[in-house]
Amino acid sequence: MRYRYLAAVGLIAAVVCIGVGTWLHTHPAAILHPAGQIALQERNLMLFALALMMLVVIPVYALTITFAWKYRASNPKAKYEPNLAGSRTVETVWWLIPTALISVLAVLAWTSSHQLDPFRPLASATPPLTIQVVALDWKWLFLYPDQHIATVGYVEFPQNTPVNFEITADAPMNSFWIPQLSGQIYAMPGMSTQLHLMASRPGSYYGESANISGAGFAGMHFTARAATAAGFATWLAAAQRSPTVLNPAGYAKLAAPSQNNPPATYALATPSLYDTIVMKYMMPAAGMQPMSMP
Amino acid sequence: MFGRLTLHSFPTSPITAGAAAGMVLAVLALAAFVTYKRAWGWLWREWFTTTDPKRIGAMYLIVALVMLLRGISDVIMIRAQQAVSVGSNHGFLSSSTFQQIFSAHGTIMIFFVAMGLMFGFFNLIVPLQIGSRDVAFPFLNATSFWLYVAGVVLVNLSLVVGAFSAAGWLAYPPLSELQYSPGTGVDYWIWSLQIAGIGSLLSGVNFLVTILRLRAPGMNMMRLPMFCWSALGSLTLIVFAFPILTVTLTLLALDRTLGFHFFTAGAGGNAMMYVNLIWAWGHPEVYILILPAFGIFSEIVPVFSRKPLFGYTSMVWAIWAIVFLSFTVWLHHFFTMGAGADVNAFFGIMTMIIAIPTGVKIFNWLATMYRGRITFATPMLWFLGFVATFTMGGVAGVLMALPPVDFQLHNSLFLVAHFHTMIVGGVVFGFFAGLTYWLPKFTGFMFNERLGRYAFWGWFIGFLGAFIPLYILGIMGATRRLDHYEASLGWQPLFIVAAIGVAVVCLGIGFQVLQLGYSIWKRKAHPAGRDPWDARTLEWSTPTRPPFYNFAVIPRITSRDQLWADKQSGSKPPAPEYEDIELPNNTPMGLFIGAAALVLGFAIIWHIWWLAILGLLAIITLIIVRLTTDDEATLTTIPAAEVKKLAEAEARA
Repeated sequence: MRYRYLAAVGLIAAVVCIGVGTWLHTHPAAILHPAGQIALQERNLMLFALALMMLVVIPVYALTITFAWKYRASNPKAKYEPNLAGSRTVETVWWLIPTALISVLAVLAWTSSHQLDPFRPLASATPPLTIQVVALDWKWLFLYPDQHIATVGYVEFPQNTPVNFEITADAPMNSFWIPQLSGQIYAMPGMSTQLHLMASRPGSYYGESANISGAGFAGMHFTARAATAAGFATWLAAAQRSPTVLNPAGYAKLAAPSQNNPPATYALATPSLYDTIVMKYMMPAAGMQPMSMP
Repeated sequence: MFGRLTLHSFPTSPITAGAAAGMVLAVLALAAFVTYKRAWGWLWREWFTTTDPKRIGAMYLIVALVMLLRGISDVIMIRAQQAVSVGSNHGFLSSSTFQQIFSAHGTIMIFFVAMGLMFGFFNLIVPLQIGSRDVAFPFLNATSFWLYVAGVVLVNLSLVVGAFSAAGWLAYPPLSELQYSPGTGVDYWIWSLQIAGIGSLLSGVNFLVTILRLRAPGMNMMRLPMFCWSALGSLTLIVFAFPILTVTLTLLALDRTLGFHFFTAGAGGNAMMYVNLIWAWGHPEVYILILPAFGIFSEIVPVFSRKPLFGYTSMVWAIWAIVFLSFTVWLHHFFTMGAGADVNAFFGIMTMIIAIPTGVKIFNWLATMYRGRITFATPMLWFLGFVATFTMGGVAGVLMALPPVDFQLHNSLFLVAHFHTMIVGGVVFGFFAGLTYWLPKFTGFMFNERLGRYAFWGWFIGFLGAFIPLYILGIMGATRRLDHYEASLGWQPLFIVAAIGVAVVCLGIGFQVLQLGYSIWKRKAHPAGRDPWDARTLEWSTPTRPPFYNFAVIPRITSRDQLWADKQSGSKPPAPEYEDIELPNNTPMGLFIGAAALVLGFAIIWHIWWLAILGLLAIITLIIVRLTTDDEATLTTIPAAEVKKLAEAEARA
């Protein structure tokens, strides 16, 4: 009778392990197959912490199954201690085991938080490229203030070049995420966050918003393309010749809510557009008296 | 006259109108049945106006379980949409309907299912376990329940009149502000939570005082049953955390209703202030729910292992460590705000530290099984299922406590899988274990074990099927709350597996419904008796079903597992000395206050200002009337002779 339980548990565990293993083997998951140094370090950190925790988790599973099996009521051979209610030594030991594990993880949390702080510029001999990102209802606008171009739903940068993203929103909060290149950071109206990443190989990577922002949220994905230096230069030159120009009036039109916009490229007429967008939330709303500071 | 309310406020799309019509029909059918059975008077006298915590607890459980069915039907629609809405196919739900459904799912499951079940357990078990006849404030208890019901009604009313919030279960601004959500949805969300939340806060105070003040003589704190310790931890959190929720919701309501700018984008508003505040309540809320589930397991494992709980003192310290730490970790819900490395690292480390007391609790339960005599009744199966899933969810949680890992997993389906592992595998499995364990005490009959086992396996296998694909989807970069995605991402097969998992969970629920029906049908054949599990704590020492006064004679406590100690010693209890019992009368005032709160909430949502003023005045009047009523009118004394008669009748039965 009880063997059926053991068999059921074994069967479930086998199905889960084989199913998950086969799937991950045949479908490269974005986070496990990074294309940039930040995403790579984040993945390695995750796998290391996972392995470390298995030191406790596997014994817990093993003990649960062993105790449930061995001390089943139908097994008269097992020892029964009806008054065993605690042991100071044993309890001290298992306050200490997780404490030791968490101490290691805590050191890791501290160092990695600083090392992989998204605000931290990446060291590289290649000069960085600054791209400003604006989350709109419901599309991503990318501004290249130094190159005088802008794009929607598509962003391109050269590989092995640090990219400094400055990120805000002119819409509800979104979260800017290119899983294969780096973790995400919020895009918030009136605030400017930063994300630094560097692609290690050319390719097209899926980018998306990870925070619900309203009706068109599901369509807020974009392509992030890491190009060779030459490929990027060609693309940039073509983009700079774009016949459509993004100026404040054009921006106002673009910022109006719209869904599933096709990618677009613009020549950027006002390189300070990003600052205007951030600062507009710093101004008092129409009809309000500005407060005087004491 | 009717504010924003017009004929256009009623649903028109087939799905929402169908759901609304179905719900209205179900309510009408129920009302017709009660009328046919001529049961209104009985319902009113025995249930709606009751101040008996056992009856209030039963009503909490019934409402919460009905809401569980509502929450599950939301899940079915979410997963069905995500299984088909790929590439050129956009599924059967509009994005706005889909967003309302997941917002309603989260809101209902946390506030109206998990909280409802939890207060149901507190009402049923806490007074009996501490050897008390009642809670500290019986009328307040009834009022809390009816405020909870007012919240439930309001959240379901949004199906019929207007729409629900589409801004997620925590309604982050600026999305939830007037600028981006001009309709009534977010207002429904605010006021159903505000009313139910105040009920929760009042209940928190009530049961906190009950445990601290109404313990039977001899029950010092270190003899308190572990479920009550867990409840005390949870109640402490409620008392400290729920005021934050009340204030946060009030500020958002001021923004939306009176044009304030606490959290708006621009004009000095700061949306991240809201996100901080809501999680300063929201993270403790997670522990408010999980601690009672821990407490249930701490009762069940000893009983079914036939051994005392291992490491009682450790368990108490672990609870209070969790209570304290749960207020120091809220920022881990938004590492991605960009707060800076020092802040993120601090909150990440505090989060990991919670794993220590939690781990100790698991070790202690395992040690309780060690050298025991374990029987695998369904409560024990739920416990083992909990260890399997909760450990997995804990690992996922500690991973995400590392801020750089969280940057990759935040708001992905990995996160969704993580917290469902904690809430379903922890809270829900715990509450189901508790229901199977304790309900026979109150129904008087046992529940069918075979159907209960089937239900467990349906839930457990369905849970794995529904959430393991979500972990993988998260690692593949799938975010939560998508009503549509591109076929090229290769996510669809996993969404289909997840939907199948949900179907298997539904099978488990089907077995639970069947189990309930079958057990009621066969109730005569399987009476529960006083102590069906050979248990250890006081609640099992009363007659089954416990009389309205719980204990004819308040027990003297000399041991942690009092009932077990009594059974072991085999000594005859001394001849009982009966005393007069003073108990509160039934009163409809709690129900009236809940109804007035419902009117107030509805009126504010729809901007019907005259009605709002009436509702508010009604609440104030009712409170004044009740508080100025003499004690003689609210209390009944049962003379000692009468108690003796009742108790002797019970003993013969």
